[in-house]
Amino acid sequence: MLSEKGSRMNKIQKKILVILLFLCLITPIGILLPAYFNTGDAWGEWSAQTVNELIGYVPEGLAKYSEVWKAPLPDYNIKKTDRSIVHKSGYYIVSGIIGATITYIVMLLISKLIVRHGE
Amino acid sequence: MHIPDGYLSPQTYIPLFGVYVSAAAVAVKKVRREVSARNIPYLGMAAAFSFIIMMFNLPIPGGTTGHAVGSAVIAIIFGPWAAMLAVSVALIIQALIFGDGGITAIGANCFNMAVFMPFTAFYIFKLFCKNTSGKPQISFAAFISGYLGLVLAAILTAVEFGIQPLIASTPDGKALYCPYDLSIAVPAMAIEHMLLFGIVEGIITAIIVNYFIKTEPTLIYAFRKRVKNE
Repeated sequence: MLSEKGSRMNKIQKKILVILLFLCLITPIGILLPAYFNTGDAWGEWSAQTVNELIGYVPEGLAKYSEVWKAPLPDYNIKKTDRSIVHKSGYYIVSGIIGATITYIVMLLISKLIVRHGE
Repeated sequence: MHIPDGYLSPQTYIPLFGVYVSAAAVAVKKVRREVSARNIPYLGMAAAFSFIIMMFNLPIPGGTTGHAVGSAVIAIIFGPWAAMLAVSVALIIQALIFGDGGITAIGANCFNMAVFMPFTAFYIFKLFCKNTSGKPQISFAAFISGYLGLVLAAILTAVEFGIQPLIASTPDGKALYCPYDLSIAVPAMAIEHMLLFGIVEGIITAIIVNYFIKTEPTLIYAFRKRVKNE
């Protein structure tokens, strides 16, 4: 039942998938432009270390909570020690494809469980 | 706009998580009623689109970075309730796998970008589209919807940051969580989103809404509802 419902794609949907894949391939713009203009983190998204540099101390709660979760691929990067911007761009693309694919599949499954009526 | 762990006090993130979960429960019921099975692939794509678009960090030279979210266009085309679920999935995957946005802040981030933003953007679009079917007006309405949706969501996020020093400080006046108060957080977040990120969200919204008007006009939720009400 799950696989039948809404798994056929029309032409426009296929075209959009191709556009999404293309967008994944150009995601490195999202790290190259900030690097070129030498801009910092997004406002309010600093690491505990950066907060220390900004205000001279690390707030207690921030220090406590900032380590609660170790994400498997932090910052859309695969090898943190690799400083080459070309490699980083590659990791960023791979992260984008992994993340977008998981997001797509999860949303598809949730929708299939929720949606009852159609066609 | 992804609040990391440690910036919000439990007094802030727990209520926001509660509000978010209640909203998501309503969204499940609404989506069941409103969305037809033929659009399921679109919802998956909408979620993936939101995930990808948030990876395009744009710099404000001499300042910080930020990005569009995609909530406005998803709300206009698939409805704010479906947008809520799609953008939530993107945000939760970002937090769990990529550490973008905190685990404790998932409720807050989903509330800001997946609840507040799509609804705000959707009603702004409806407001500006009233009594018109002209293409330039619809494009303008889509732009304003994306622009204001993102800017207002950024201001809401800034308020959540900015109230932390009021809620939780040590006796000697040191912050426990986000150290910046409203007078710093709100202008910082508002200005950068007004100058650049909001414009990008607006342009993306207008382009995609136009594309769907051309290719799948009957799909667009914001127009479908209007027909039904008349």
